[in-house]
Amino acid sequence: MIVPAAIDWSVIVPILPELLLVGVAIVLIGLDLFFPDQRQLLPWLTIVGSLCALIMVLGARPAVGFGGMFLLDGYAVVFKTICLATVIMTALMSEQFRNLIRMRQGEYYSLLMLSLVGMLLIASAGDLMVLYLGLELMALPIYALVGLHKQGRWTSEAAVKYFLTGGFASALLLFGMSLLYGLTGTTDISQIAEAISVRQLAGNSAMLAALGLCLVGCCFKVAVAPFHFWTPDVYEGAPTVITAFMSVAPKAAGFALFGRIFFFGLPHLHDHWGPILAVLALLTMAVGNITALCQRNLKRMLAYSSVAHAGYAVLGLLAGTAEGMAATMTYLVIYLFMNLGAFAILMLLTSADGSGDTLDDCKGLATRHPLAAAMMLVFLFSLTGIPPTGGFIGKFYLLKAAFMAGYTLTVVGAVLFSAISAYFYLRVIRYMYMNDPVQQTGLVASSGMYATLVLCLLGVLGTGIFPGSLLNWTVALLAGL
Amino acid sequence: MSIPLLSTLIFFPIVGGLSLLAVPRHQTGTIRLMALIISLIELLLTIPLIVLFDKSTHAMQFRELHPWISALNINYSLGIDGISILFLVLTALIIVLSILVSWEAVSEKVQEFFIAMLLLEGAMMGVFCALDFFLFYVFWETMLIPMFLIIGIWGGPNRIYATVKFFLYTLVGSLLMLVGIILLYQNGGHTFDVLKLAGQPYSPHLQLVLFWAFFAAFAVKVPMWPVHTWLPDAHTEAPTAGSVILAGVLIKMGAYGFLRFSLPILPIASQKMLMPMLILSVIAIVYGAVICLAQTDLKRLIAYSSVSHMGFVTLGLFALNQRGVEGSILQMINHGLVTGALFLAVGMIYERTHSREISFYGGLASTMPVFAGFFMLFTLAAVGLPGTNGFIGEFLILLGGFECQPWLAVVASSGLILGAWYMLWLYQRVFFNEVKTSMQGLAQLNLREILILSPMVILILWIGLFPNGLLSFMHVSVSHLLEQVHGSGLVQTSVISGLTMHP
Repeated sequence: MIVPAAIDWSVIVPILPELLLVGVAIVLIGLDLFFPDQRQLLPWLTIVGSLCALIMVLGARPAVGFGGMFLLDGYAVVFKTICLATVIMTALMSEQFRNLIRMRQGEYYSLLMLSLVGMLLIASAGDLMVLYLGLELMALPIYALVGLHKQGRWTSEAAVKYFLTGGFASALLLFGMSLLYGLTGTTDISQIAEAISVRQLAGNSAMLAALGLCLVGCCFKVAVAPFHFWTPDVYEGAPTVITAFMSVAPKAAGFALFGRIFFFGLPHLHDHWGPILAVLALLTMAVGNITALCQRNLKRMLAYSSVAHAGYAVLGLLAGTAEGMAATMTYLVIYLFMNLGAFAILMLLTSADGSGDTLDDCKGLATRHPLAAAMMLVFLFSLTGIPPTGGFIGKFYLLKAAFMAGYTLTVVGAVLFSAISAYFYLRVIRYMYMNDPVQQTGLVASSGMYATLVLCLLGVLGTGIFPGSLLNWTVALLAGL
Repeated sequence: MSIPLLSTLIFFPIVGGLSLLAVPRHQTGTIRLMALIISLIELLLTIPLIVLFDKSTHAMQFRELHPWISALNINYSLGIDGISILFLVLTALIIVLSILVSWEAVSEKVQEFFIAMLLLEGAMMGVFCALDFFLFYVFWETMLIPMFLIIGIWGGPNRIYATVKFFLYTLVGSLLMLVGIILLYQNGGHTFDVLKLAGQPYSPHLQLVLFWAFFAAFAVKVPMWPVHTWLPDAHTEAPTAGSVILAGVLIKMGAYGFLRFSLPILPIASQKMLMPMLILSVIAIVYGAVICLAQTDLKRLIAYSSVSHMGFVTLGLFALNQRGVEGSILQMINHGLVTGALFLAVGMIYERTHSREISFYGGLASTMPVFAGFFMLFTLAAVGLPGTNGFIGEFLILLGGFECQPWLAVVASSGLILGAWYMLWLYQRVFFNEVKTSMQGLAQLNLREILILSPMVILILWIGLFPNGLLSFMHVSVSHLLEQVHGSGLVQTSVISGLTMHP
């Protein structure tokens, strides 16, 4: 008879935030089921739970758990912070959408939590298995969230489309991972990097196939062209609050995945994936920015704009340097504030049935609600990349990192596409400030919405005017200090 | 210095502008008054600057240096020399007048307008004070936001086209400069400090690449031919205050950029590119002037005359000698005053008639004699009549030009003749000829308007008669700049120091 060894409970210390969130998710379902009168507690429970997890993550010491499968390093901390902050703000904004999700509040918040756990796992993954596990845990709840609003015109289509492309991308990624395992004999990411260097697998054709498959899978997840086709339809079809969430948190998690595989796992193949990513980044910026020019639906425009921003964020990754990785991470932090802010204003504009998100609807917003218009102005200039907003600092850091790594032409291209993007961001400002309003009704915002807007505004201006501490934070965490 | 004067200059209007948010939106009178008081205090703040400025050194004065983004070695570094100090005063003055002239002209979104004006003032001050290339770029681009709004919200009928064109032209140029800045950072010892970046031995090829990258931003702003096409639209469609700021300060920044960055950091390229720059300048002078002759719109004519006058400025700059450069700096101030004054005057008459068509006017001299007198003086200054400031600037520039490329200077001189032609012809059509019925009964200038125009008259005559007052600020800084460009050795002593005219 085998006596099981005593369990060393200290191994769970690094994953305490994840465990907490799983617990919160279960409590959320229970609360919804058994205490339907207490539903107004759901968002607050979500927020408090995420906030506790955020504090735990920020206060945690670097640690390795489960034999190197779970890494709580600086890299993980930054991405976890982004995802947790996004969920907190999404929960704050959700109050505005209470009517829309009235029937399924319990599911809504618990799915949000579970997806969050998946993202945190991706950020911390030290092993391909954990990486894939996190990816699926993140993606499955989001498929459901996209289709949550059953009466919406496009939601079912969006959900199915997202599910199919997402599943396809996961399959490709898994195929690539299995090839990596076959070639190196391990699923541990740091050991893969070591094996490639020691056994000189860089030129191996099977290795290149693995690289290609992983690349395509990752590109699907962060919506890098030409693998972005699902983005506009899904973003437009999903409830706006979910779109806001999806355009930031899963994207950041996608970049965490990207970085874990390419920056940590395949640095010796940088000669191969660097130039490919440079071309893809340019293509993404071109597709995102040029297509956004001809959108009259704001939500769809922001969807294409988020495609373009994935292109900018790739600039840091493709540099293959620590500075580049830090730049991408910094950019994602800033992007969190400016994109959520823009979506929050869009949510203010849209009525409960999801209509009212075209350019014409923001006509004369400066007269209807001067404060909302002024905030949108800041977010849009930040998305364009004009100082003194955070968007400029983030973009500058990315351009500098890519430039220092020798991608001069990519940088020049990025700069020109950035100028093109100014046109459609400015068009919104034109409609807000330089046209007379068609509707005279005021806008109603919940207190959670105000809180989100203020947080986003402070974030955008704070990172723009005092960017030093943010930059030092990402650089120091990445260097493992 | 214990008091950070330059930071105060930059942030006082910004904080002041934001404090306007505290005033309820409908109290427009209070908002106007507060904006005026803030801008007046800002103008007073420049007085200690002038008094304490040491004219005998080329070193940067009133230095402030604090680390800003330590991860990238970016500093909050401010300082001024004889080249930039005058622009600070000009900016403060122009803003006061612009706020005064918008007193009644701006009636919608009043709060936003004055906030935008004051934020713009802070950013413009920052541009002229920044000694860190990154910081400079931040202020340079920040300016675009309020300017975009000022033209787009309070401008004329075609304002949206004009403001988007203005924004995109400037943005493309600036972004190319941004790439240049990163390239410079990479090759200049990983710093953005302008003083450290100057005087490093960059290869001639690198210098040429950087020169054109910077050219993209500065030439659009000046604007030099052939990237001037945003200017007529923007100047014409902007509200009076916007036109005055554009003509008075904003377009000077392009030339200032050449002076502060291109010439000292890239001396070899500047010398190599001397001929193309001079030719572009001369084209701008003649082309701008000829186009003026064909204009039927008052503001558009003055806008095109700016293209011509800024051609003189860049001609003087790239003559790369003491007289040319000093003349060109002086001419920037002059042009700011004179063209600013012309736009102010046109704005006043537009408020009365709501027409910018030249053919609409006629015989204004008999119905508004005081106004005609003011306008006459501004016209003569724009033409460059001796005794007004315009003469000194253009004379110095042409002197410098003759020393450098006599033939080009001869062609450029034709710009003066054309200038006299279109300006005097304009004056004739608007103020003389038979009195049109629509000119009857127009209100005379009120006290506020006379108060706006009077400082311009005083400055135009004062600089025209005693140019040394301004030139003395820049002698040392300009000769140091030219030393940097030509390498040590070729220092020309200023001949102009004794040149003052007495009527």
